[in-house]
Amino acid sequence: MNVGSIKDFKEGCADAIPICLGYIAVSFAFGIEASKIGMTTFQAAMTSLLNVTSAGQFSALEIIARNGSFFELAVLQLVINLRYMLMSCALSQKLDLKLPTIHRLVISYGVTDEIFGVSVLKKGRLYPMFSYGLIVTSVFGWVFGTVLGAVAGHVLPQRLISCLGLAIYGMFIAIIIPDTRSNRAILAVVLAAMVLSTIFAYAPFLMMISSGFRIIIITVIVAAAAAFFAPVKEEEDE
Amino acid sequence: MSKVYLYILLMAVVTYLIRALPLTLIRKEIKSRFIRSFLHYVPYATLAAMTFPAILSATDYVISSVVGFAVALVLAFNKKSLLSVAAFACAAAFITELFLR
Repeated sequence: MNVGSIKDFKEGCADAIPICLGYIAVSFAFGIEASKIGMTTFQAAMTSLLNVTSAGQFSALEIIARNGSFFELAVLQLVINLRYMLMSCALSQKLDLKLPTIHRLVISYGVTDEIFGVSVLKKGRLYPMFSYGLIVTSVFGWVFGTVLGAVAGHVLPQRLISCLGLAIYGMFIAIIIPDTRSNRAILAVVLAAMVLSTIFAYAPFLMMISSGFRIIIITVIVAAAAAFFAPVKEEEDE
Repeated sequence: MSKVYLYILLMAVVTYLIRALPLTLIRKEIKSRFIRSFLHYVPYATLAAMTFPAILSATDYVISSVVGFAVALVLAFNKKSLLSVAAFACAAAFITELFLR
């Protein structure tokens, strides 16, 4: 059973540097918001360390601020973060089938949009040591940014905070766009998902669907259509 | 003990279970070509849907977001690294905003 070496760990750390920087920018904003509703720096950092989910954490603040019910919070997290279940399914196919449960439990902790994006598009098998490098580096940025935002959010100039908001999307784009050059089906998937997402965001009635559900619905529709019309050949499935 | 800690722990447990169940329970290679293809396309669909149109409101001004978006697209299309795409997108938005304020 090969879990990878220290070299894989370092490679994971290096690949996660942009995630780490993007996370510092986004979680910085989370830290500011958390301190605004009266959370202590410790509570904000604990939230980031235990959850590692941007959309989930931001949406939870609203419920915590108005002292909402536990049930509501649980359902909201389930809906917003359900996409991780799809990602976990996809990731399960990248792991060695004999990989022991303990490694699977640790890798699960770090299933986020960004870590997933880097992991699943890595060529060949996914070694746990590589994942651990990704997770350690990314989560460090996520928690560090949260603390920074909670402690010092008000001292940074707004124009700096404003443009940092793009970091996370820049990363998403860097993950998905290169493959659209050589693969028409992926280009169609990316375009279709963006068009549908725009329709869902602005069309009457559809815009009432929460962003978590919106992403799940679009992912299922677009990925299923692509799988039907452009099934992947076995050799290019890696 | 503040109620805030209960909120934090509850959301952590829900979120962790969502992530851990498929990874620990699915231990076979999925044979169905359809499902394999579906899972192959999942990251592209998810990340694309999360990026647009949300990126338009990522900064304080739509115009600086659009400029950052365009820069990111061009760099990513030319296969630049994650870090440079993210950094130059932010820098482009920052410079654009210098002209706006």
